[in-house]
Amino acid sequence: MKKAGIIMIIGSLLLLSLFKFPLWNIMLGAPQYPDPLGMNIHIDGIKGVSEFDLTNIDGLNHYIGMKVIPKPADMWEFSVFPKVIGGMAGLGVLIGLLGFFGKVSYKWFIGWFILMTVLGVLGMYDFNQWLTAYGSDLDPHAIIKVVNPDGSPMSYKPPLLGYQKMLNFDVTSLPHTGGYLMFVGMTLTIVAFFVGKKETKHL
Amino acid sequence: MRTSFKFLILILSTSFLFVSCGNKGNNSNKSALNSSKAEKVYVAPGEHDSHYAFISGGYSGNLTVYGLPSGRMFKEIPVFSQFPTTGYGYSEETKPMLNTSFGQIPWDDSHHPDISQTNGVLDGRWIFINGNNTPRIARISLTTFETEEIIEVPNSAGNHSSSFITENTEYVVAGTRFSVPVPQVDVPINEYKGNFKGALSFIKVDKETGRMGIKFQILMPGFNYDLSHPGRDKSHGWFFFTTYNTEEASTLLEVNASQNDKDFIAAINWKKIEEYVDNGGGTKMPTNYAHNVYDEHTHTATSTMVKEVLTVNPADIPGAIYFLPTPKSPHGCDVDPTGEYIIGNGKLSADLTIHSFSKMLEAIENKKFDGEAYGIPILNYEDVLAGSVKSGGLGPLHTEFDGLGNAYTTFFISSEVVKWKIGTWEVIDRKPTYYSVGHLTIPGGNSRKPFGKYMFAMNKITKDRYLPTGPELEHSAQLYDISGDKMELLLDFPTHGEPHYAAAIPADIIKNNSKKFYRLDENKHPYAITSPADAKVVREGKDVHIYMSMIRSHFTPDNIEGVKVGDKVYFHITNHEQDFDVPHGFAMIGANNSELLIMPGQTKTLTWYPKKVGVWPFYCTDFCSALHQEMQGYIRVSPKNSDIKLSWSLDGE
Ligand SMILES: [Cu+2]
Repeated sequence: MKKAGIIMIIGSLLLLSLFKFPLWNIMLGAPQYPDPLGMNIHIDGIKGVSEFDLTNIDGLNHYIGMKVIPKPADMWEFSVFPKVIGGMAGLGVLIGLLGFFGKVSYKWFIGWFILMTVLGVLGMYDFNQWLTAYGSDLDPHAIIKVVNPDGSPMSYKPPLLGYQKMLNFDVTSLPHTGGYLMFVGMTLTIVAFFVGKKETKHL
Repeated sequence: MRTSFKFLILILSTSFLFVSCGNKGNNSNKSALNSSKAEKVYVAPGEHDSHYAFISGGYSGNLTVYGLPSGRMFKEIPVFSQFPTTGYGYSEETKPMLNTSFGQIPWDDSHHPDISQTNGVLDGRWIFINGNNTPRIARISLTTFETEEIIEVPNSAGNHSSSFITENTEYVVAGTRFSVPVPQVDVPINEYKGNFKGALSFIKVDKETGRMGIKFQILMPGFNYDLSHPGRDKSHGWFFFTTYNTEEASTLLEVNASQNDKDFIAAINWKKIEEYVDNGGGTKMPTNYAHNVYDEHTHTATSTMVKEVLTVNPADIPGAIYFLPTPKSPHGCDVDPTGEYIIGNGKLSADLTIHSFSKMLEAIENKKFDGEAYGIPILNYEDVLAGSVKSGGLGPLHTEFDGLGNAYTTFFISSEVVKWKIGTWEVIDRKPTYYSVGHLTIPGGNSRKPFGKYMFAMNKITKDRYLPTGPELEHSAQLYDISGDKMELLLDFPTHGEPHYAAAIPADIIKNNSKKFYRLDENKHPYAITSPADAKVVREGKDVHIYMSMIRSHFTPDNIEGVKVGDKVYFHITNHEQDFDVPHGFAMIGANNSELLIMPGQTKTLTWYPKKVGVWPFYCTDFCSALHQEMQGYIRVSPKNSDIKLSWSLDGE
């Protein structure tokens, strides 16, 4: 199961790209922002795409009563996510190595994948919860109040994935480099599973 | 002479009116042609012009920025004149910019802008411009588009043959138009001859920072030094100045300064003089002039008085200066991109005189002189003459080049631009201008590498070109396409002030370096606050310093109490935005100066003298956001003897 082990190791190591590249990106464009404002969501915090984007997003958001974009210390996620990602990468490498030396079965690979998927879904769920809170937990003293046709206050929650028009803003929310590399890595672990299965059959 | 000038203008412009009426008739039959002209100057909404044009404001004292080919005005950059729009010359930080040895001078007559060069090619780092009336040279940054430095020029008057720069921006020159006693003394004016001097100042420019300093002044004979141009390429190291009043008349110059058939172009080997000065030559003369420098990080200008200037007597450096006889009171003095030809335009003549640089060197080598003036050798007219353009026009003034071997000369009296070929001196094309054209500009057209494509003429009289606006009309510029053999008039556009001369450059050289805002974390203004939490009000005797911040859409503090009649209140205001094009304004009722317009990250200070008891508002003048109207505050002013303590509100607390 040498080949499968190597693929498993590479796939798991790709998770580490999240320590360098952002997982997700949200861009906010409007006619008066020909260079759109943007935030990159890293596993350890949120950064502006351009240096002063967060300041300027906060400056705009205060009119509608949104909270300022959280600093890393404001959210437990930003201390836990790096540990989870680091841990999962380490675990993946370990399984890969054990697989390489034939100490564990290829089924461990899919096991890792399922665990990672569960954690990923939980992460997305948590992210969506945060976006909802960020977009709808508004300061009651906000100077601009926009209501839906039914009278309920409008939510400024950015889309979890894809494009949405919000007032005059075009909001796009998509995975970023780190996210894509993570998906590739996870896919590789499934590949490792099938390759491992094949290699095992040949024995 | 002036009266007859005016008479000529009248006759000629009247005849042009008829001509232009005829043209209008023709034009209506050629609408297809007109629409193609429209396409050539059309810049669609949201698109950018291909060139910047920096047009001097003449008597406005400033510099305006236009786009080509659209002719749209983008900005007025305050230089020598107070500018209440932004508070330039009114704010505490910029008042020192207008300091001179005569005190604060809030105005000047800005004439000849010139863009910095590297190897004879425009590099777009700075633009220099002269103040004609109170002799000054300013340097404007082309990243911030703000005036960064102004240096006064001593021993000068009418700083006209200026501010032209050598091809590596080694020097910017400031030649005096009026000769004056040096140093100034109380003498009868009719003792002018032989006693007055013409100072030609060579101002060194620092390669990195652009900082200016007068390196030396040549004290020339008491002629009038009209215009100038540095040598290019092969003539790099020389500078050429046209003169008039070589008669040294002191009254009714329009007649008495036009008696000699020929005046001179003074050819100055500045490298030779620089060497002389570097080896300890020259005489230090006590003087007093202002040197004002604006710091981009403290957002503050300082003015220093300089007490000494190094003067050079031409007689002490034989071989450095020669006179080239040039007919008919030459005005424009222009050097072609190769540096071989020096064009002197006799403003009372119909012909252009072109001198040859290599013939000049040859005549100097062979010591073929035709006498001397004040110890300066005069060369033979025929020995240095390269040729002349028999133009058929009247009143040639200025020449620029397209880099393809063609020259373009304006004719003031006959209101036209004439295109001619360098070397053969034949006229290729001529086009009327509307009316009475002064300078013309081709992007890079006075450098070693003209960019060609466009030429624009700057006219003194506007007459019927636009909707009338009472007796006063803005002057007019006219844009021509010069990419073909024939010039094609594309566009009229109004200019602000007197469009005396202009410099133009492809936009790509400048636009990506243009600053979008000032970084708050680089703000070193002593009264800046970088957080609203630092806002405070401090009393020092009768001076009250308010440290204030502004951001969309509030001031911190917004309400201040404890100010008294007779105090002097300083508003030190920092704009906390860090975004492109989000200035805030500040206006205080009863302020005796102006408003402020404060750029993101910048700090400016306005002084205000509370004179009346009451509660007085201030507000933001730049429509900054949906809640711009709410961007306001109050100052409570109590009687002189009241004991109310200073207090203020911080972010609603
Ligand atoms: Cu404002």
